[in-house]
Amino acid sequence: MSGNVGIVIVSHSPDVAKGAADMVRQMVGEEVPLGYAGGDADGGLGTSVEKIMAAIETAWSDAGIAILVDLGGAETNSEMAVEMLPPERACKVVICNAPIVEGAVMAATEASGGASLAEVQAVAEELQA
Amino acid sequence: MTESDLREKLIDAMAACIVGATDELTALDQAIGDGDHGFNMKRGFEAMLAEKPAIAALDWPDALKKAGMTLVMKVGGASGPLYGTLFMELGKAWPEHPDRPGLAATLAAAIEGVKKRGKSERGQKTMLDVLIPVQEALAAGQAGLAGIAGAAAEATIPVQATRGRASFLGERSIGHMDPGARSTALLVACIENTLGGTA
Repeated sequence: MSGNVGIVIVSHSPDVAKGAADMVRQMVGEEVPLGYAGGDADGGLGTSVEKIMAAIETAWSDAGIAILVDLGGAETNSEMAVEMLPPERACKVVICNAPIVEGAVMAATEASGGASLAEVQAVAEELQA
Repeated sequence: MTESDLREKLIDAMAACIVGATDELTALDQAIGDGDHGFNMKRGFEAMLAEKPAIAALDWPDALKKAGMTLVMKVGGASGPLYGTLFMELGKAWPEHPDRPGLAATLAAAIEGVKKRGKSERGQKTMLDVLIPVQEALAAGQAGLAGIAGAAAEATIPVQATRGRASFLGERSIGHMDPGARSTALLVACIENTLGGTA
């Protein structure tokens, strides 16, 4: 398993989540654990705590996880998902206040160089106007 | 009626109320949100209905926590964590004596949970604008919570939204009832009606 920080992308749209993840893979490569969750339980637009928890599991790294979200519900549901993790994991997950696509690519780029979770989050959040 | 029967009856009533209001909630949400509130709430309460025997068999604190967790997992929008938190916090803060003062204190604690979850306060055109007046009326011993809740939901119409999706619209959110305030008012009315014959 990679020792790098993992990235999780949470969008209301399954297509946006997958598309942003594809961009990370192509631009940054395979060194960063990556998960994504998009759409509600029925595959419509929305976010699902279950799917977000599964994406965190997919991308899990002991170095931590940086989550990138799109709109309000994605953030609220991500916060809920993080709180439902075991405490020793929940403390290693941050939700970045950053644009989802640019934030994911920048965060993953930083993570691929072995940066700490705090560094990864800071780089993503620099994009905030 | 046993308490377990009462829990079953409440779940039936809430699910029927939300399913019956799906189109209305969707229409309200199409005006100022993303149009999914009706369908999301329907999915959540249908999931609760599917879990009814398991939920009703638990005592009040655990039944409320399980009901809340079902909403969190199944709703699929921001209303999942918000309603889920409301139910779970009601369960956590369930009073030793579920009389009016006890329940008022429990609801007050749950409202704090919803505020924290939504990073929201009263007056921002959200479900809190119904929950808080209902809690105050409950604490003051007032009757007719359904009417108080309905009026509080109506009172969100002239308010400009400053939290949630509706806040993206700025002044254009004025003139529409908040869908979350409406669904909360519907649930308050349904719970009061169901408990009416028993409490």
